[in-house]
Amino acid sequence: MIGTVKKAPGGRSPLLKQIKAYIKRPKTALERFKLLGIPYYLILLVLVIIPMILILFYAITTPNKDDAILLTLNNFIAFFQEEGFVGVLWDSIRISGITTIVTLLIAYPLAYIICDYKLKKQALIILLVSAPMWVNMLLRTIAWKQILSTAGPLNAALGWLFGMEPINFLGTDFAVVLGMVYIFLPFMVIPIYNNLSKIDNRLIEASLDLGASRKYTFFKVTLPLSLPGVLSGVTMVLLPSATTLVVPRFLGEGRYFLIGNLIEQKFLKSGLWNYGAAISIILVVVLFIILFLTKKVDRFHKDEEDD
Amino acid sequence: MKIKKTRKFNFSVIYVILVLIFCYAPILSLVIFSFNSDRSLTNFQSFSLIWYDKLFNDGQVMTAVLNTIFVAVVATLVSTVLGTLAAIAISRMKKVMRDGLLNLNNLPMINPEIVTAVSLLLLFLSLGIGQGYLTMILAHITFTIPYVIVTVYPKLREMDENMVEASLDLGATPLGTIWHIIIPNIKTVIISAASLCFTLSFDDFVISYFTAGTVNNISIYLYTLRRLEPTINALSTIIITGIIIVLVLSNTIKHKKVNDNEDED
Repeated sequence: MIGTVKKAPGGRSPLLKQIKAYIKRPKTALERFKLLGIPYYLILLVLVIIPMILILFYAITTPNKDDAILLTLNNFIAFFQEEGFVGVLWDSIRISGITTIVTLLIAYPLAYIICDYKLKKQALIILLVSAPMWVNMLLRTIAWKQILSTAGPLNAALGWLFGMEPINFLGTDFAVVLGMVYIFLPFMVIPIYNNLSKIDNRLIEASLDLGASRKYTFFKVTLPLSLPGVLSGVTMVLLPSATTLVVPRFLGEGRYFLIGNLIEQKFLKSGLWNYGAAISIILVVVLFIILFLTKKVDRFHKDEEDD
Repeated sequence: MKIKKTRKFNFSVIYVILVLIFCYAPILSLVIFSFNSDRSLTNFQSFSLIWYDKLFNDGQVMTAVLNTIFVAVVATLVSTVLGTLAAIAISRMKKVMRDGLLNLNNLPMINPEIVTAVSLLLLFLSLGIGQGYLTMILAHITFTIPYVIVTVYPKLREMDENMVEASLDLGATPLGTIWHIIIPNIKTVIISAASLCFTLSFDDFVISYFTAGTVNNISIYLYTLRRLEPTINALSTIIITGIIIVLVLSNTIKHKKVNDNEDED
């Protein structure tokens, strides 16, 4: 457009002049600072926003023989009609559900206990719990594969202690959940600890001073106040554990096929992009439902605090 | 939250120790069996370094390690620089724009990794960009840059605005102000953002797996491996040693700084 205007006889158009003047106008330092973000805005646009739109686009279209693109919901329908779909969904929900509950049951008491310690010791234990995250997740999962295998140290110990025959733990719910709990434990401990350590101590003292028992104080004061931390922990464990590729690959002995594996198969093995995109969209929707619910509980808490 | 306990119950100490054992048992087992002369994972035959020898002679592993480091270094440099500049820009925006951008920034962090991976794969496929180093680096920049912003931005908000204004009023150029006033003030968070980027990129699996094509990094190599040999244990031991060195070093530096500051006060 601008190019054609430029070529017009009689010099430049007033509009172009105005645009040029606008670009060349003296800028305040503040405006210059804002320009620094341009590469990042481009990254956001090209590598975050457009790809998300592309997923949606692929999910609701289907390639046609004549290279035409048809709008369709078949990709979603195909997901629900997929042979073994019930199995994939059930396995994913079951494994990630159990993982989340077990992680919570281990993490909450830990965070609660640490809060009683001196600050330096608190920091040390949090560092110790989160340090394994620095080691590649695949290596940590492979470590469990070695430990749990029939010829591994766990079976050796059991045989030595109780004279038990070697058991193949791999390929069982136990192994898969154990691996996931191990991988995701820090993601549960840290938000709960952050939340618990911020609770105003006076509230608990007040409750105890006013005659509430320790148990009653915990259930009526501490636990409700720590709920936002629990929820963000749950958010950080639930979906990642349902979509991980690594744990089922190494600890599932090929018997576990979760949503992540399904997406992997559709994209990288069968080249069914539209179908894979539809599954991804379903995941995003589930994510936003969880986030929405979490926000609601959070807001409810904030309202209560304000009152 | 702190409660004065009337009775000290040892159960809590035992519990913490048990959890820590759970956290470190697999890592310990990885390390121990890297020194075994035998393939066995039950019997520790005798101390040997054969798996290390095999590791260093395995061209595929070495390529994967070099690829991982190369991608992590490039992605860390780009993400840290662009992310820091963006954080400076965002900190000077109006509230509506700022909140919008920060929310958008969270998207790659809250999205399940596999969704980010799929979205990037679709982008590269649609644009017809062949998958390789370039796509992998772009992908790593995409998922690490949000962490730079969330690390650097809060520190910028804490900074005394008067310093920036004084610098500008006294005739420094905006770039000069950034270089001489802002950057030195947020140096520590920039370093922690960079190390976070490096770790995330170094350990990444899913996003690399979807965007790297035939290029291997450590994670992809491990995932596609047919047979697990104790060379993996040797590799783990080297990585773990590196992590311990970095953690200890960074902690001593931190402690030294804290002590120095206390002396100054």
